[in-house]
Amino acid sequence: MPLEFSAQSKQQVARLLSRYPTKQAALLPVLHIAQEEFGHLPDDAIELVSRTLDVSPAHIFGVITFYTMFHREKQGRNELMVCTNISCMLRGGYDILKHIETRLGIKAGETTADGAFSIVEEECLAACANAPMMICGEKYFLDLTPAKVDAALDDMRRRWKETQQGTAADARTLIGMGPGGKV
Amino acid sequence: MGTWQDAMGVKIVTKGFGVPGSHKLSVYTQRGGFQAFPKALTWQPSALTDEVKKSNLRGRGGAGFPTGMKWSFIPKDAKLTYLVVNADESEPGTCKDRELLAYDPHLLIEGMLIASYALGCKHAYIYIRGEMMREARIVQEAIDEAYAAGWLGKDHPAAGGGGTFKLDVTLHRGAGAYICGEETGLLNSLEGKRGWPRLKPPFPAIKGLFGAPTVVNNVETIMNIPEIITRGGEWFAALGTGKSGGTRIVCVSGHVNKPGVFELPMGIPFRDIIYDVCGGIPNGRVLKGVIPGGSSMPPLDASEIDVPCEFDALMNDPRIKDVEVKPGVPFDLGGGRRLKSMAGSGGIVVFDDQTDIVALCARIMAFYAHESCGQCTPCREGSGWLARLCTRLARGEGEAGDVELLANIANGIGGNTICALGDAAAWPMLGFLTKFRADFESRVKAAGTAPLHKSLPKSVEGAA
Repeated sequence: MPLEFSAQSKQQVARLLSRYPTKQAALLPVLHIAQEEFGHLPDDAIELVSRTLDVSPAHIFGVITFYTMFHREKQGRNELMVCTNISCMLRGGYDILKHIETRLGIKAGETTADGAFSIVEEECLAACANAPMMICGEKYFLDLTPAKVDAALDDMRRRWKETQQGTAADARTLIGMGPGGKV
Repeated sequence: MGTWQDAMGVKIVTKGFGVPGSHKLSVYTQRGGFQAFPKALTWQPSALTDEVKKSNLRGRGGAGFPTGMKWSFIPKDAKLTYLVVNADESEPGTCKDRELLAYDPHLLIEGMLIASYALGCKHAYIYIRGEMMREARIVQEAIDEAYAAGWLGKDHPAAGGGGTFKLDVTLHRGAGAYICGEETGLLNSLEGKRGWPRLKPPFPAIKGLFGAPTVVNNVETIMNIPEIITRGGEWFAALGTGKSGGTRIVCVSGHVNKPGVFELPMGIPFRDIIYDVCGGIPNGRVLKGVIPGGSSMPPLDASEIDVPCEFDALMNDPRIKDVEVKPGVPFDLGGGRRLKSMAGSGGIVVFDDQTDIVALCARIMAFYAHESCGQCTPCREGSGWLARLCTRLARGEGEAGDVELLANIANGIGGNTICALGDAAAWPMLGFLTKFRADFESRVKAAGTAPLHKSLPKSVEGAA
């Protein structure tokens, strides 16, 4: 069975296509929609996007591998993007990253066995005045200390468990589009 | 013309900071928003471009190019044009556009309406950095509000452009690539391609998005437009200094007591920013140096901080040493022009005397090596080579000749690539070597200095 978009995603894609003079221009937003729906971008997701936009799978593969936010492999539910660039480095960003790695028992670039967390060593995330910092989805964690990290991780783990048990709604990302493009 | 002190406290683009609900349309209009756009509609489009020229507004993304001049490059007979707002903020040390978007998205939309009317643009795009999910939501909600209120997507009577003007705005999320902040890389990304910068000419004003004449402007640049129309280009020019009009947002990070995003007078000296605005250096330490405008820019050492924070001063002030290829030999920007530094994106990174300069430099080089798009050999190979060499030196394992080799590689990248990312790696490399050469020389193995910094950039660990 070839992969299909959900009805909601189909609607989003249709709305997106009306915003650009070419179908190909909608590639990045459509890949965001696909990744949001399928969790990552395996071959059949590439096929689906290819059929949707009349763009070759080879081109899409090239685009996916060019941008760091598109993943060919499954990511953890909470993707911790930890900045270690200079403003954070000067204020202990590497110590924070090390603390997170120790707490979760994984290294940057890895995912915990239960799928709850991934760590990404990030480049500058534009919150330099509040270094060291990280983001997870829409949430910013600023002026980090080990204690703040611990509290944040505990909270995320609790929410993740609720999501696993189906007791929490967890909208993580959003898609850019024109009027009415509500998340 | 007065002094920079006269403009202390003047707020143009940060007026919404800290105002409850500042991102909402109702609050924006209460604060006097959406008055400049109706006024602009009573003008001819070309008069708006002239007013922006008069204002001496210069691009706030990094290059400091005069905005009015950029607009005037759009061919007069163009049937289809595009305005693209560059919200792909990712220059290390820069955190102003993210806050501007979060606090005052309607100021951006109003600026886009005016700019689009001036440029004859009917559909404008905001290219926002992929990682900025929260800001994307806020901006999208603002766009939805502006559509619902009829500011967007509806005809407005206008003095020029055939009597009516209507604008559509689409928010477009990137997906994690620093190079998409380069304007032609951004355009390729917006067209659904890899963010590879394009060869210029043709410049975007002639052949840009979807092949049409296009202006790409930074968020802060566009947010200045409504005030220029409200209070006049001359007022804006007089607020600034020399050929740089208006105020300047700086993002101060690193070793200062009060880091933050501040709207300050154009031309305020770095000393005043570091010691007055930001409360000086913490822990009783002393200043070693400062990156004046994002990590692409050559640093200033502690003796150079009396220069004004302004585009031309950072390029020309005689108090700033020329960046050198080796001691006594200045780097040639072409035609014998010397390189000092640049105001860049306003990202000011302050570092104290305990900072491991070599490790800091290694982290900067690792960044450019990671973000090089791979099109041009000097940048693709050179940036990684610089990162590996810096890392080796930072570990105290440098070989004799490493310092000279760093300068040689950097000199071979600068000016030899399609876009400025190559320069963005080469310039700070040469700048750090010019200003802090002893720090590098002490890390050659024979010098026997132990590394100061225990954690080296993961991105290059093991590569050296």
